[in-house]
Amino acid sequence: MKKDKIFRISMHTLLLLGAVIMIFPFAWMVLTSLKTISESTSMNPFVLFPRNPQWENYKLVIQQNNFIRLYFNTFAMMVLRVLCAVIFSAMAAYAFARLEFPGRNFFFGVVLFQMMVPVQIFVIPQYLMVDKLGLRNTVFALVFPGLVSAFGTFLLRQFFMGLPKELEESARLDGCNIGQTFYKVMLPLTKSGLVALAIFTALFSFKDLMWPLVVNTNSDAATLSSALSKISSAYSIKYPELMAASVLAVWPMMLIYIIFQKQFIEGIATSGSKL
Amino acid sequence: MAKTHTLRKKVPKKKFNEWCWGWGMIAPTMIGLLVLNIIPIFQTLYLSFFKSGAFGKGNIFVGLDNYKTLLGDAQVWHALRNTLVYAGLVVPITIVIAMLIAVLLNGRLKGKGIYRTIYFIPMVAAPAAVTMMWKWLYNHQFGLINHLLGNLGISKVNWIDDPNVAMISIVIIGVWSTIGYSMVLLLAGLQEIPRDYYEAAQIDGASPVKQFFKITLPLVSPTLFFVLVTSIITAMQVFDVIYMMIDVKSPSYESTVSLVYLFYNNSFKYSNKGYGSAIVILLLLIIMIITVIQTKLQKKWVNYM
Repeated sequence: MKKDKIFRISMHTLLLLGAVIMIFPFAWMVLTSLKTISESTSMNPFVLFPRNPQWENYKLVIQQNNFIRLYFNTFAMMVLRVLCAVIFSAMAAYAFARLEFPGRNFFFGVVLFQMMVPVQIFVIPQYLMVDKLGLRNTVFALVFPGLVSAFGTFLLRQFFMGLPKELEESARLDGCNIGQTFYKVMLPLTKSGLVALAIFTALFSFKDLMWPLVVNTNSDAATLSSALSKISSAYSIKYPELMAASVLAVWPMMLIYIIFQKQFIEGIATSGSKL
Repeated sequence: MAKTHTLRKKVPKKKFNEWCWGWGMIAPTMIGLLVLNIIPIFQTLYLSFFKSGAFGKGNIFVGLDNYKTLLGDAQVWHALRNTLVYAGLVVPITIVIAMLIAVLLNGRLKGKGIYRTIYFIPMVAAPAAVTMMWKWLYNHQFGLINHLLGNLGISKVNWIDDPNVAMISIVIIGVWSTIGYSMVLLLAGLQEIPRDYYEAAQIDGASPVKQFFKITLPLVSPTLFFVLVTSIITAMQVFDVIYMMIDVKSPSYESTVSLVYLFYNNSFKYSNKGYGSAIVILLLLIIMIITVIQTKLQKKWVNYM
């Protein structure tokens, strides 16, 4: 039994150490963001906590980089991408899972094929399209590659296939047409799938860097991620302000995650087991 | 007209109705995929045979020249090597650590929900911000890491601009930010393994290590395969961290530039979309080869129940 106890303690120590490594960089970012420049670079004496928290850093960064605009762009992009992905994928996924129609296998093959190709292959043509439409530096441009989702279609199809057929049959006998059966009976039953897809889409569009960098070059049309890359070169050694900018870019998703952590983790886990 | 008429006649009305619903419901997605993905694949292939003219006007057909240049371009070979080194380090390190944590968390442990939440946190931070944060930790003069190393009597390391070290710094960020994702997937796989298998093994006196290799590993292998495939594909497309951390002028650019970073620079910085397209076609081929190899090897070690 003593051996068991030692094992238990060393396990906790290991996990705790890992947890510290995961969290510490964020803590250091927040601490630095509240320091003066001289505090942040002071080595002897080494400064851990700022003497007076420099909220000015945040004020300066928000004003200089129009963060209100960045939040708006990023969230507009996320919300629109989530809506498009969820609505269109759910429709297509239901058809692929439950309806019989000519060409079904061929079209589903196209969906699978898209998932296997690295996304960078689409970037130049998509850029040229947006450019031709004259829509660079708009929210539409940010949403554009995410208007439909092959991944979402595949994921939700798995959810629909897992539902019992009897439900639909009785709905159809009650006089629902296919659309009503889908919307009123089947869709509510795949709620966990829809949530998983929404989380996935939101998270990955929030983190995307290359597309916003390429298509929205004006600083007013940037997202949090793409703006950060510009800020990084403009501020060079003003690390407290740089860290304040990073905190400002990180906290919204972090907050959403902390509130919806159960859905996040279950969403990611189910997406894995369904594929 | 006549054709649709005969079609209507042969197919019962109810069935035809279902067809229409089917086509209608997949239409938005299929049209979107066609415009956004399928046509672009061919367009990228097409562009790779052209040299982009000055000022974006007038592409000149150059046949296979871009590919010839590609094969003779030292930078492409560096990028290919760097990408493979990155994937070759990040993927196994991440999976081993993630597996270890997942196994520890799968036991009857107090506070496992909290650990799981914490390990996943780096996944929800944008890579751009994550890299800024690490760049500050890595800072040569004032960074915390060098300061701590200094306290231990180790001389300062140039984490970002030393060509021999920069890739390691990037790999550390890569591992740190993806452990949580792999861990969550593996943990979900572990939780599907019935508890009685372990109880039976315990009664037979199998050690925890033996239990891991004889029960856990084979039964979690489908999940492990999924994690492996997706991690390799993601790692082969590494861009954000390197782009944020290593400037084109940095001395470590050559030893860290990835294929996608090179693609970005050629396509959008130097506006040679033809050459950029050739690079991304190369990436597609490599990813396809790796995927085929993995699917072949899969039969040797993945256990589907």
